[in-house]
Amino acid sequence: MKCQKCDRPATFHITDLVDGEPSELHLCEECAQSFLAPSQEEAQDVMPAMAGLLAQHLAVGETADELARLDQRACPVCGITFLQFRKQGRLGCPHDYVFFEKELEPLLMSIHDQTQHVGKVPKRCPHGADQQTQLIRLRREMKEAVSSEEYERASEIRDKIREIEAGFREAKGE
Amino acid sequence: MTLDDLASTSGEWLRGSGPESDIVISSRIRLARNLADFPFISRATDADRAEIERILHGRVESLRTAGKAPAESLYLKVSELPEVDRQFLVERQLISREHAQSEGARAVVVDPSERFSVMINEEDHLRIQVMHSGLALNEAWEQATKLDDMIEEQVTYAYNERLGYLTACPTNTGTGVRVSVMLHLPALAITRQIEKVFKSLHKINLAVRGLYGEGSQATGDFYQISNQVTLGQTEEELAKKVADVVPVLIDYERQARSFLIENSQETLHDRVSRAFGILRTAQTISSEETMHLLSSVRMGINLGLIGDLAIPTVNKLLIHTQPAHLQKLSGVELDQADRNIERATYLRRHLNGESKGNVSHN
Ligand SMILES: [Zn+2]
Ligand SMILES: [Zn+2]
Repeated sequence: MKCQKCDRPATFHITDLVDGEPSELHLCEECAQSFLAPSQEEAQDVMPAMAGLLAQHLAVGETADELARLDQRACPVCGITFLQFRKQGRLGCPHDYVFFEKELEPLLMSIHDQTQHVGKVPKRCPHGADQQTQLIRLRREMKEAVSSEEYERASEIRDKIREIEAGFREAKGE
Repeated sequence: MTLDDLASTSGEWLRGSGPESDIVISSRIRLARNLADFPFISRATDADRAEIERILHGRVESLRTAGKAPAESLYLKVSELPEVDRQFLVERQLISREHAQSEGARAVVVDPSERFSVMINEEDHLRIQVMHSGLALNEAWEQATKLDDMIEEQVTYAYNERLGYLTACPTNTGTGVRVSVMLHLPALAITRQIEKVFKSLHKINLAVRGLYGEGSQATGDFYQISNQVTLGQTEEELAKKVADVVPVLIDYERQARSFLIENSQETLHDRVSRAFGILRTAQTISSEETMHLLSSVRMGINLGLIGDLAIPTVNKLLIHTQPAHLQKLSGVELDQADRNIERATYLRRHLNGESKGNVSHN
């Protein structure tokens, strides 16, 4: 397959959203870089490096189909899709590190050269943090239940939230 | 204490003292932290941001009541501040440009001596930063981790045993620590060796930025060197990596200065004297030109070519001649043309007839 912008072979297959519709782009390395290189303003940030790394690790070896499917995956806690993460370079919630673990691994490896934390450990709740993160999902579901007038479900969710919060207060010894 | 009180002072990190402070302006440690039970900022609703700000404000207040945080520390709701005040905080390096310009509820806690600030709802829920004058990374790290512990007594951080502290951007995850030193390297710039130095820093995974943080052009030969990696090494190791390279850079800069003194003393002396002369007599002057000339003057003082001016005064002028500072100090809003006139007036007032070592405050 040839690059859509020049005649070199296309090695990058990028799924972009055009007017809300996913559209596929097939580009050579050079054109992919300039496509992924953000505007002047964003270029002041770490984004170019990030976007470049992402493209490198996601696009190579993925068919457009695979990538499109991957891009549609959404975190059950915060709702961010992988495509949204790829575009903004910012994750949506702590659970994304678990949910997109496989996809993030090569990225973390190229940024840090390591994937095991060895530094400071929080004094409180280092194990319970992921359970707390579930509160994000529950609060979101409660809001949805309220707005669709499913009050019974909303109150069930509220009880669950209170249960988790109480558990943490106990652990804190309050 | 109010934000307006800050305008007339100049903060711990500009004190111009501490080890190697002729070349090392300041040392800084920043920690990125997030609350476990809220989405990161990019997915947070307005209500989430307001709630995060409310919770953390409560924590700060309880630390203050418990006597753990300075009673004098300022809590500023950045989202409610006028543009000029936000810009002022950026110039003072108490908040980032991103924090000043983004949307939704956000705040900053400012230590009265400006040794630390805590940004709420920046790219991460919390950005704790500690600043010291001169080369003092260990001291800065010790204070930062203590502040971190104090805040953590009251909240649960997003954390994962394998990946450490979880941050909105994967480039910060792990320790969430950014260790940086700000260096003044004018001789390396004059002798055109600076590019070479930067390339070798990039090779060992250190980042170089200008005076005002991410991506800004280095103005006045001030450069910030910091770690890029945050995962897989301890905070102490990361700080050491930055600290280890500083003596090398100091040595290069000193060599370049000696080279200039030996080989072109007249040219160098001329450059410094002209810079000083323009700053003392100009009637209108831009911020860029001011930074550029103050950089030469600062080096001139360190080389003994200017005798009647103190380094802390130059450090203070570098900050006080920035656009928002000028407006805060003069108490009126000024457009660019008026700022250039006000800046020249301010410089003349502070550089003419100042006695030795005197740091005046107005
Ligand atoms: Zn091409
Ligand atoms: Zn998520």
